[in-house]
Amino acid sequence: MAYTVQKLKDYSPAALDKAAEKLLAALEKEAAEVKTEPDGKAFRDRWVARKNGVLTQINDLWLKAAPKDAKREVGQRVNELMGRVETRVTEVELQCRDLAILKKAREAGLDARIDEARRALELSDRLDITLPGIPRPLGAEHPVIKTMNEIVSVFRNLGYSVQEGPVIETDYYNFEALNFPPNHPARDTQDTLFIANQEATPLRERLLLRTHTSPVQIRTMEKMKPPIRIVIPGKVHRNDPPDASHSPMFHQIEGLAVDTNITFGDLKGTLDHAMKALFGSNVKTSFRPSFFPFTEPSAEMMVTCFICGGGGKRGAEPCRPCKQTGWIEILGCGMVDPNVFEFVKDKGYDPKKISGFAFGMGADRVALLKYGVDDIQLFFQGDVRFLRQFA
Amino acid sequence: MKLSPQWIRDFVELRVDDRQLAEDLTAAGIAVEGISGQGANLVYEMEIGTNRPDAMNHYGVAREASAIYDVPLKPIEPKLPKVEGDANFAIEIEDIDGCPRFTARVIRNVSIKPSPARVVQRLALLDQRPINNAVDATNYTLWEMGKPTHVFDLDLLEGGKIVVRRARDGEKLKTLDGVERKLTAEDLVVADGVKPVGLAGTMGGYDTMITEKTRNILVESAWWDPVTVRKMARRHGLHTDASHRFERGADFESTVLSCDRVSELILQSGGGQLVGGPIDVVARHIDQAPVALRMSEVHRILGEGVDANQVVRILKRLGFDLVPEPGEEFEFTVRIPSWRLDVEREIDLIEEIARLHGYDKFANTLPAYSGAVVELPEAAKDSKLRSSLLALGYNEAVSLTFISHQDAEQFSAVPVIELENPLSEEASVMRTSLVPGMLNMLAYNLNRGNDDVRLFEAGSVFQADGPNALELKRVCLGATGSAVEPGVHQPPRTLSVFDLKGDVEALLHSFQCKSVSYDAQTVDYYHPGRSARAVMDGEMVAQFGQIHPDTAARWKVKQDVFIAELYVDRLYKHGLRKVWYEALPRYPAVERDFSFIFADSVVFEGIRKSVMGLGIAELRRFVPAEIFRGGSIPAGKYSLLLRATFQSQERTLREDEIARWSAQIIKTLEGVGGTLRAS
Ligand SMILES: [Zn+2]
Repeated sequence: MAYTVQKLKDYSPAALDKAAEKLLAALEKEAAEVKTEPDGKAFRDRWVARKNGVLTQINDLWLKAAPKDAKREVGQRVNELMGRVETRVTEVELQCRDLAILKKAREAGLDARIDEARRALELSDRLDITLPGIPRPLGAEHPVIKTMNEIVSVFRNLGYSVQEGPVIETDYYNFEALNFPPNHPARDTQDTLFIANQEATPLRERLLLRTHTSPVQIRTMEKMKPPIRIVIPGKVHRNDPPDASHSPMFHQIEGLAVDTNITFGDLKGTLDHAMKALFGSNVKTSFRPSFFPFTEPSAEMMVTCFICGGGGKRGAEPCRPCKQTGWIEILGCGMVDPNVFEFVKDKGYDPKKISGFAFGMGADRVALLKYGVDDIQLFFQGDVRFLRQFA
Repeated sequence: MKLSPQWIRDFVELRVDDRQLAEDLTAAGIAVEGISGQGANLVYEMEIGTNRPDAMNHYGVAREASAIYDVPLKPIEPKLPKVEGDANFAIEIEDIDGCPRFTARVIRNVSIKPSPARVVQRLALLDQRPINNAVDATNYTLWEMGKPTHVFDLDLLEGGKIVVRRARDGEKLKTLDGVERKLTAEDLVVADGVKPVGLAGTMGGYDTMITEKTRNILVESAWWDPVTVRKMARRHGLHTDASHRFERGADFESTVLSCDRVSELILQSGGGQLVGGPIDVVARHIDQAPVALRMSEVHRILGEGVDANQVVRILKRLGFDLVPEPGEEFEFTVRIPSWRLDVEREIDLIEEIARLHGYDKFANTLPAYSGAVVELPEAAKDSKLRSSLLALGYNEAVSLTFISHQDAEQFSAVPVIELENPLSEEASVMRTSLVPGMLNMLAYNLNRGNDDVRLFEAGSVFQADGPNALELKRVCLGATGSAVEPGVHQPPRTLSVFDLKGDVEALLHSFQCKSVSYDAQTVDYYHPGRSARAVMDGEMVAQFGQIHPDTAARWKVKQDVFIAELYVDRLYKHGLRKVWYEALPRYPAVERDFSFIFADSVVFEGIRKSVMGLGIAELRRFVPAEIFRGGSIPAGKYSLLLRATFQSQERTLREDEIARWSAQIIKTLEGVGGTLRAS
């Protein structure tokens, strides 16, 4: 006759003891009868199922039915019984698992003790974990965009805001306001790509593909009063037939800082700081005179070669990126020419009161050097064998 | 451009060796890009900026060296014999704008022969071909002091005079290169009494050149207007040593000196007599206003690195004349030497000071700044799209911004922006779509055996808007090949349009909107049955799908290729999706499946809309679970297993409620033409 939970006749400790004793005895008896996993599941259901399990029943029949003054005592007893029942049920289930393992082992022709059987079965379930995982490839950042973002972020940390401007520019912004007068020989160096059918348009409104990101300097000064610090990443175009080191489209990063009391030393210090942030604190910078119509004094900045460390050699081999000089020309810069400020003087840029510096560098060139890429065309072909190297 | 340090040393005493000199010149902006040869034959390969025509010769570089090392510069002083008689030759300048100054000398009874060894050897060092003693004298003078000159066979000049004038329409001139040129009134010529004998400042005439028969010579040294020379040289496709210098501005005060130097060299090598003095006609003067230089301004731009003594020393060595101004402030009036047309302003002088002081000697400083970093309005959206695309496995690509007319026509219907001087016919239009560039890149990969490709490009497309240019942001995805990486763990599967749709859905999900729906109204370069448009709050923001087989054939692509275009300019009208937390469900969800047969004409979007139209608030999800065609299913029909998920935030749902909703759903599905199979 299977055990059933009875209502308590009274709630005296003796009656409680007796009822508990009866319940635990039934638990042990039924536990001993469990032989297989299905038995184990039935055992669990009978004792701990939420719906009508023995524990639910003692909760309902003993605790809920108890008079107020006995609730505390009954509650403690019921809690204790619940703990003991749950522990026993878990034990029985573990035994069932062992029984199942032993059964499997016997079926596999093994007559072993439980721990050996367990190990044997684990070994037979083993996967070749040296097989490659299921790939979930991430996309790779384009090396030039990545380089551009890195440079921008260095200048952001110095307080520079990003600005952008159109790729199709007017003659005014690309040349005139940057102090390239009409017919000036410096225009020849820009290899400009012009938009067709502009003959009837006045020169300063004629459209062209910007040859540098510098027009955004003017566009920004037109809309923002000094002091400003901006960094301008973007595409530029020149009439350069494609080869290993030229592309008619490439990327520049321009910077501009204007304030009262900006000096040539500030230009040098800022760029020196930026190069150390980009290429490592060992990098040194050197400036030599150059010419750009929109800066004066103008300079070319070189950094110690970050490939060979400035020694001009990689091991016994000559260092190609720096042509063994230990230096790499990396950007053009200078103090903003007062003539440029004259074009935005009514926006608060009086060259007598403010000064500034500007710089510009080719992101593609930096990426070529940084990753040792020997052909700029690789950047624009979309070859996944190339791009995935940057993942 | 090559220069010889030996020749430079003619004019300045230097203690440094040639290599040190090269380094010091370079640091001062007179760049020595390379060194070749040994000893007396050592030559520098120079890179002189377009603004410094005065330094494109040995004397000019010697002047720089004199300023760098603070040593004297020796003058050029031609030694000419006492002149006999009168030159008896007239110079008439008709075009005063084009020719402010024209200087000439007459030498008679010269013998034309090879130049002396010293001249030949020096010119050879610079890769200059010797011609004869008269022509070489002009060339030698050009490389020595930077002033282009010319020599005529005096006996071939008709009318006993030189006239500087505009050419007459229809006049012809055979230039020294043997080309017969048609002239127009835009050309400035040196003419004799009858005909043009030279293109001003650019190239002399063939018919009046020095030959072995020449006995009498006219030496010309003029100053030509830079813009006139530049335009004329361009028009005739000529770029000569002379035009290169005149375009950039020659030394107005050196016409007589250079004329004398040429004459000296001719007399030394070819004998003859100098007849009369220089014929020096100045039609107008080139004004070079003095410039005020304040030490306060020097310090405002350069910082405190240089003092007044250094400033004076540097500028004087370069030929500037400094007159201190009385007053409290340190101030000078600076007179500009005639060879420095590039120096017009105080800042130009400040650059000279910085350049010769040495840029690297200025201390590095960091400026203080009080402004804040301001983000571009679209930066967060750009960054969200880009990081999502990378996470979805698309590789970032960049293609060229030019396409062909044909591609512009096929992939867009907007007015194009053409280039005036394109690199090629295939690159003659600014791209109106990112698709042709993407197809190029996909085909490039497939042609190289890269069968599995996922790329994206974010960039602008361009279109004409009346006289203006519009630049619109786009993102283009391209994919082909396997959807899952082939391997031992899972069966292979090629990409389908639904892979792409899932990616587009993921990307659009970042944006705030009321609704996104999809329809099949794509443009004709997509496969009509395998492409879709995404419409967000009534506006198309993306289209995607398999590329039409005819289009794929144009790129010779054999496997299925998928493209998605995001119209970012439209998408960005929506903000990034704002997150507002929804309480996690506390009551269990209940699933019910419905198996139906539908005609092929019934699409899922219609089924979904009609069921959602029931307005059952507890219906949280309604999705297709399985699709099956063929077998026992008649042709033209398909079997669809639909799965509904019910859940309430307030309570556990009752069986009878779920039964009631299920019945409603079944009735609705039958209403759209479905036949219930089993449930
Ligand atoms: Zn190196």
